[in-house]
Amino acid sequence: MSGTPGAGPAHAEAHHEESYQPVFVGAVKARLEALFPQYPTRQACLLPALWMVQEERGWISPSAIGEVAEVLGLTPAFVKGVVTFYTMYHTHPVGRHFIQVCTTSPCNICGAEDVVKAFLQHTGCGELGATSKDGRFTVIEVECLGACGFATPVLIDDDFIEGVTPERVPGILQGYK
Amino acid sequence: MGYPHPSHAKEQLVLSKHFGDAGARTFDGWVKRGGYEGLKRALGMTRDQVVEIVKASGLRGRGGAGFPTGLKWSFMPKEVTKPHYLVCNADESEPGTFKDREIIRWTPHQLLEGCAIAAHAIGAERIYIYIRGEFTAEHRILTAAVEDAYRSGALGGNVFGSGRRIDVVVHRGAGAYICGEETAMMNSIEGKRGNPRIKPPFPAAAGLWACPTTINNVETLAAIGHILVRGADWYKGLCLSSPKSTGTKLFSVCGHVQRPGNYEVVMGTPMRDLVYDMCGGMRPGRALKAVIPGGSSVPIMTAAEIEDCAMDYEGIAAKGSMLGSGGMIVMDDSTDIVYQVMRLARFYAHESCAQCTQCREGTAWTTRILERILAGAGKAEDLALLLDLADNMTGKTICVLSDSCAAPVVSAIKKFRGEFDAYLNRTRRPVMVAV
Repeated sequence: MSGTPGAGPAHAEAHHEESYQPVFVGAVKARLEALFPQYPTRQACLLPALWMVQEERGWISPSAIGEVAEVLGLTPAFVKGVVTFYTMYHTHPVGRHFIQVCTTSPCNICGAEDVVKAFLQHTGCGELGATSKDGRFTVIEVECLGACGFATPVLIDDDFIEGVTPERVPGILQGYK
Repeated sequence: MGYPHPSHAKEQLVLSKHFGDAGARTFDGWVKRGGYEGLKRALGMTRDQVVEIVKASGLRGRGGAGFPTGLKWSFMPKEVTKPHYLVCNADESEPGTFKDREIIRWTPHQLLEGCAIAAHAIGAERIYIYIRGEFTAEHRILTAAVEDAYRSGALGGNVFGSGRRIDVVVHRGAGAYICGEETAMMNSIEGKRGNPRIKPPFPAAAGLWACPTTINNVETLAAIGHILVRGADWYKGLCLSSPKSTGTKLFSVCGHVQRPGNYEVVMGTPMRDLVYDMCGGMRPGRALKAVIPGGSSVPIMTAAEIEDCAMDYEGIAAKGSMLGSGGMIVMDDSTDIVYQVMRLARFYAHESCAQCTQCREGTAWTTRILERILAGAGKAEDLALLLDLADNMTGKTICVLSDSCAAPVVSAIKKFRGEFDAYLNRTRRPVMVAV
């Protein structure tokens, strides 16, 4: 199996990204290869490989899906199926800072929806999933972040912030340019 | 941020003794606090001896199912003809639950020690710790602890000079509640979509890459080192009610209590003590309405039902609910039960892997019905329809996600029917907009 031409829509879209530069070269390639001995199959390195793509590029493009498939000996269709199963992988570009506000019941009863409103207002995003005009922020509601005793938890990029209230939102945003 | 509350006199600190103490995070710090003694003892024993001690302790799985841990280990083949694996479930995602996160955050070596002992007991050389993608800080802390343990000889090709090989791989999830289900977790580690598998075969027969595999929760594994050092009798003696529930349990309490947080108590502690005393009760001027005692997947309890409830597997089951993961969601009289049940249904609809029709359609349909009730557009027959749907969603799917969506719905209709009726007969103002 490999990312052969005509293997699916992922490949077709890839043609449009003519300037695509591979992710898995140099140090990133070495990091991925260092994982190979930790698993009996290459396929098992798929989630870690996708994380590396997202760290490097901010999202996982159709061309990146093709590259990951090639590197791990999978089909682009299979990789796309996995990418779309997991909510933390971005299948389209997002703002420089990605804000996830927990709104599941435990946080909901502690005022999480007001925290969401404050983020939408102060980032200028206006609505969930939209990116602010300056490209700085994207805000989404996320299901249970597993920090229910610290309502409301918010994940901004890799920063896990606990006990967020609407009043704290402007100050928090100042730390993300 | 530190640990949210000082320890309470009614707590029994075993797993959480060093929460809030950053010095316990390193290998040296953990050893100074008595750590890794349990692993050293286990390495001097046979596999069977370790399994027997854990069996005798009465320890049961803390992830939610409550299956006896020693018994689970004993299902692993005695002869190692192909690789055996241990998987540590650190995908804590059950709404209301945030205990494993604290164990990893403050005492990663407590977890690694338990993992290594379990690996020895089941004949495994490799451990995968599956940590949810959102736990970014905990992932860093755990990864650093693993490196520290390798440097110190607690992991690697010759653990503490025993000749035994034990390797740990930290595998990061990417946002999927269902991957906390053990067979979905194995698929996710294998690099696939996290769809649960049909059982049998059970993981001990054919798990990761069709090899014998045991999956244990973080809190379960964290208790193992203590059991090896202090003995099965000591652990078994930690029991205030049912002899089938032993040891200490971390209860994560959240919602409308004055002091939310993790509280470690002996099994059988009265729920009343936890809610009203240890957690400080409700906010001023508010009264308790409901408690979801074991993570969002279990039936709701009323304020009256918690009055004489012993917090252990049997005590909570006697009240018609479940101990589950020990994640307690406390709701006061300001809570709109219908709205919160809708939010839970929406959670399950979002997290359904969509393999089974009853779950894929049932969770989404349940959510839509609840939304229209909240929008003042409910129909007279909607409650009967929700109950009928719930019946079709219970016990009929590959995993229990569908059942978990049905449990809060059914119990809320049974115990808080008046709140649903108020929306249906238009005596309560709609809180959502009809679509």
